Parts: sequence; C-alpha cells; structure tokens
Amino acid sequence: MATRAIAIEDVKTGEVTQAVYEHPFVVRLCHWVNAVSLFVMMGSGFQIFRAFPSFGAKIPQKDLLDWPKSLALGGWLGGALQWHLTFVWIYIATGLVYLGYQIFSGNYKQVFFVRRDLPGVWPMVRHYFFFGAKPLTKEAYNPLQKHAYTSAIGLGVLSALTGLAIWKPVQFSWLAWMMGGFHLARLWHFLIMWAMLVFVFGHLVMVLLHGWNNFVSMWTGWKKDPEYDSE
Amino acid sequence: MKSRTDSRKFKTMSRRELLKLTPVLALGAFAIPQLQKPLLKGGLAFSDWASARLFRSGHLAPTFADSDLTSFEKFPINGYDVDDPGVDFDKWTLTVSGAVQKPGDYTLAQVQALAKVTQNTRHVCVEGWDVIGRFGGARLSDFLKMVGADPTARFVSVQCADDYYESLDMATAMHPQSLLCYEMYGQPLTREHGAPLRLSIPTKIGYKQAKYVTDLKVSHVLEKVGYWEDQGYSEFYGL
Repeated sequence: MATRAIAIEDVKTGEVTQAVYEHPFVVRLCHWVNAVSLFVMMGSGFQIFRAFPSFGAKIPQKDLLDWPKSLALGGWLGGALQWHLTFVWIYIATGLVYLGYQIFSGNYKQVFFVRRDLPGVWPMVRHYFFFGAKPLTKEAYNPLQKHAYTSAIGLGVLSALTGLAIWKPVQFSWLAWMMGGFHLARLWHFLIMWAMLVFVFGHLVMVLLHGWNNFVSMWTGWKKDPEYDSE
Repeated sequence: MKSRTDSRKFKTMSRRELLKLTPVLALGAFAIPQLQKPLLKGGLAFSDWASARLFRSGHLAPTFADSDLTSFEKFPINGYDVDDPGVDFDKWTLTVSGAVQKPGDYTLAQVQALAKVTQNTRHVCVEGWDVIGRFGGARLSDFLKMVGADPTARFVSVQCADDYYESLDMATAMHPQSLLCYEMYGQPLTREHGAPLRLSIPTKIGYKQAKYVTDLKVSHVLEKVGYWEDQGYSEFYGL
C-alpha cells in the first residue's frame, strides 16, 4: 500500500533525508496503552497464579513453580484481581479500537501476514539468527515481522477469550467447553500469556537492535531514513 | 513524487504527532496512591455491573456425570475461621427475617420437606482450583416462596455460625440450581462442609457459598455484602 513519504531538507546543511509515515495515530495510541495494560495484566496475573500455582488437583496440591512476589502486581489475591478486572476492560477496548481501525482503514495490509509473505520468512530468519544477508524489502514490515505481529494479535484475542472462559465458565459454558472445560481454559490462558511474553521479549530485542529512528517512529509516526524504499 | 519539507517543519510536525499521544499519560493516575484505590474500586464495580448484566436466569450451570465427580476426600474444606464452629444440631434453626410474610425460626425438617434436588456441579474457588461435587438440598427459590419473600426485594443475605456472612442478588437466589444444601455425596453434610445447612450456588464463586448458615434475611438494601467482599473481593462474582 502507498505509504506517505517525504524528503526533508536540513535548513543548515541542505542535506536531504527521507522519512515515511509508518504508524497512524490510532495504531500508536493503541500500542502504548496496550503496552501498559499488558504489563498490568501479566503482573497481576502472576499474583493471581500465586494463590494456586498449579494446574492439577487441589488435594493433593503439586505446585508448578514458586513465582516470586517481587515480580507480581497487586500484593495479594484480592488486590491483583482488582487490577486484573480493571485493566481487562482497557485491554479489550484497546484491542477492539485497534482491530476496528486496522480493518476499516485498510491499514491491516501493513501488518497482516498472508500467504505471499511465506517465502520471505526463511531469509529473514537466516538474516537474524544465522548471519545471512539482509533481504531487501519494499514494505514497512518484513515477512518475519508480519508473522510476529499477526501472531501477537492472535494471542491477544485468545488471551481475552480464555480469560472470559475462566471468569464466566457458566454464562459462557460453550466457550469453556470448546477449551476442554474450566480447568483446561485456565491452563491455555497461562500458556498464551507465556507465548505473549516470548513475543514481547523478541520485540524488545528487535527495538534495541534497530536503533533510535525506529523507536521514535512509534511515538511520532514518522520514520527517518527507512531501511527500505517506499516507492 | 515525494513532497518536500525542511527540517524545522518536520520537527514541528513530529512534535505535534507526539503530543497527540498525551492521553496515554492518563493511565499514570493508577500510579498515584490517592487515586489508585478509588480507580481500582471503580474498575471492580464496573466488572461486577458487567457480571450482573451477563447473568441469565434461565441459563443452567453445566452438570456432570457421577464418573466426573471429585472424590469426597479430595473436596477441599475451605474455612475462614474454624472447620467446626460447634453448631448444636438439636437446637439449630434457620432464623428468617426481613421482607418476608412469615418470619421466624425454621427447622431443618421444614427445609427437607421441600422438593429435593440433587446435582453434580462445579465448585470454583477464587484461588483458581475447581472440583466437581454432588450436592443435595432444597431450592432456595422454593424456600423463599414458602416464607413469603417479597418478590421485589433485591437481596438475600445469610449469617453463619462462625461469624461468616454472605449475600446474593435476588436473581441468583431464584435461580433453579441455587440450593439450601443439606447433603453432599448423598450423605448429610459433615461439620467441616457446613452442617447442618450451607449454600450451593453453581452460578457463583466459592466464597459466596456460605457454610453453617443460621440466619437468612430478605432485603431491599444491603447492609453488608460479605466477608471477602468487604476485604476487597468482587461483590457479584457470578460464574
């Protein structure tokens, strides 16, 4: 899709740099609100998990792990539930605004992983993990990036659905049933959170690797000196 | 063709785009100690409102086959104070008060004279574990009809022998699976499980299902919600 691009002439040196408008306002807003929500949801989720850190029976209880209290939010189960049940609404509202915007504006094409992106995944993996040459791209996101973002959005939807099944296993009994019952829904919710955490980790590493201009673009929308030719 | 601009204009443009994101800072309110408590209270209240809206009187909680039951020995005993508050079964009555036509003391035999319901339902604890148990008792709705409860009343609250207290919204109290439970696994309730009478509400979280019930009050206004709710847990917590 056509990305807005401009040439910037430095007022002092006359040097010309390119810049593209990569991230529309709604996307940036949702991104940062979601970053906060995700932090709160995971932190409070860990504290909730501490109340019963198991996926087995209550009697006898076999703890899966002893998650440190210092890496949890809310202080106690009731407090953590307050955080979780408050931010879940912000999390879901942000998700709906984001998805609605992407679909109706057509901007989803920038992110959404489709079949023709498939051949481009392996060269990117080779570049990042096995010192392969950097493949040329003409889009804001390379195929591997699209794959990662599309997966993350999918995980976001699944986290909300599994959460709903745990919160309302009676009213949404069909949802819990699809997940194999309340018991398993709780496990899926937990595993999806870890998958999301893997994404967040990879995402942060990539942000560090790709420098200042890339980071700034998520705040202003404009990316100076893009690594690709937009036209 | 690309449009051109100079670096000064680009800076202004970028700054304007950045400033558009200031609404994100509103989330910082959650980090201010004085605001945090009321905000989280509001968030929880909103969740409870949504919970009440999602509740459907005609929607039944899933029931399970006998082979799915958690064995009686593995059904946890969660007491807030003592496992046995020393109820004298011979003297025990259920004291009914509030917006009812026939207040007074009711015996266990009067509760047991109502149609008996036995159901295998899931008991979910707020901590995260769940068990499937077999519960027998009278429909709370039948009992409320018997005592002539005001159908326009909004709450049913109970007081327990161990000082625990709880309350239910009227819609949940009238739900066909809400029981005044006097049997578990086909046997009279044991003391640890709340003998002689407890609540079994498969559409609610565990802490709502009070044990050793001694008093029942029907009311339009709630004086106190429940032991855990008053510590900061969800008030409605419907499943």
